[in-house]
Amino acid sequence: MIEVHLATPLRPLVRGARVVNAEGKDLRELVGNLEADYPGFKERVLEPDGSMRPFVNIFVNDEDAGFLKGLETQLKDGDVVSILPAVSGGSES
Amino acid sequence: MVQLTPEELQRYDRQMRIPGWGEEGQKKVKSATVVVAGVGGLGCPLSIYLAAAGVGRLILIDKDKVELSNLNRQVLHWDKDIGRYKVDSAVEKLRQLNPAIQIKGLVVEITESNVKELISGSDVVIDGMDNFKTRFALNRACFELNIPFVHAAIYGLEARLMTVMPGKTACLQCLLPSLPPEVKPFPVLGATPASVACLQTMEALKLITGMGEPTNGNLVLIDGQFMRFRRLKVRRNPDCPVCGNPERS
Repeated sequence: MIEVHLATPLRPLVRGARVVNAEGKDLRELVGNLEADYPGFKERVLEPDGSMRPFVNIFVNDEDAGFLKGLETQLKDGDVVSILPAVSGGSES
Repeated sequence: MVQLTPEELQRYDRQMRIPGWGEEGQKKVKSATVVVAGVGGLGCPLSIYLAAAGVGRLILIDKDKVELSNLNRQVLHWDKDIGRYKVDSAVEKLRQLNPAIQIKGLVVEITESNVKELISGSDVVIDGMDNFKTRFALNRACFELNIPFVHAAIYGLEARLMTVMPGKTACLQCLLPSLPPEVKPFPVLGATPASVACLQTMEALKLITGMGEPTNGNLVLIDGQFMRFRRLKVRRNPDCPVCGNPERS
């Protein structure tokens, strides 16, 4: 089982949860399984062509997946995946 | 080297007692110039604590005027200030907090064409912006001028912090190679930007005094909703559009 930590903007997709558990041999399969459980998840996290979005950072055990093997990064039981879409707040009028 | 007056020795007594700070650290703080880019939810608490700590020269930059919907978090702007330029409202209060420092307010939009001129000569630039277009301009200019850049962003009860040491750590565009879509207006509780703004202030003052160490290539996540703090590694991206070109770095 993989522990998936979600940043605030994604939590409405998973009924407000901070962490959800999912299965997957790699990141791509994990996202696919999350889409099955939470429809709409995949389109928030990946590009329409199924590639990684440049403004959604995915970390596997605190390492940026972009520096691992992207969506092909292998996962094993007990891994922690964090998904962080960019947030821009700070000043705003 | 700048000297501390008897009043300053008294005013900053408590922080000079911090190991690694002392009178020498306070002299560095007095000699420092810090740019606060944006005087909103982050920039207000930031500039309060920077002024209170005795940063010798504060430059506040913001093009906007105070609106009623700002007041849940932009604590230097009060009900009476609605309609005033934010920098005017902020400078007025900060001068009362600490009359011994220089504070300059600039009503100007930070753009790719003026950003280097605005931040040139500063020791640290602190991100109090609300959009990535301006953040990217600041990040690039800081890299090119070799000025540390203390980035933060917030959403709801969540905040993120990353200090960029040009050429040494990942920069903002190593993390986000292209412009993310902007969500406006975004949800925010005043305590969220206040929390991370205090951490940004610590980062800036540590860089100035030389004590401690900054986030050093880590993205710090503050999840106020579940009160959890985490650090994630951000590596320098060899293909980064700002700092990845070996001819420039």
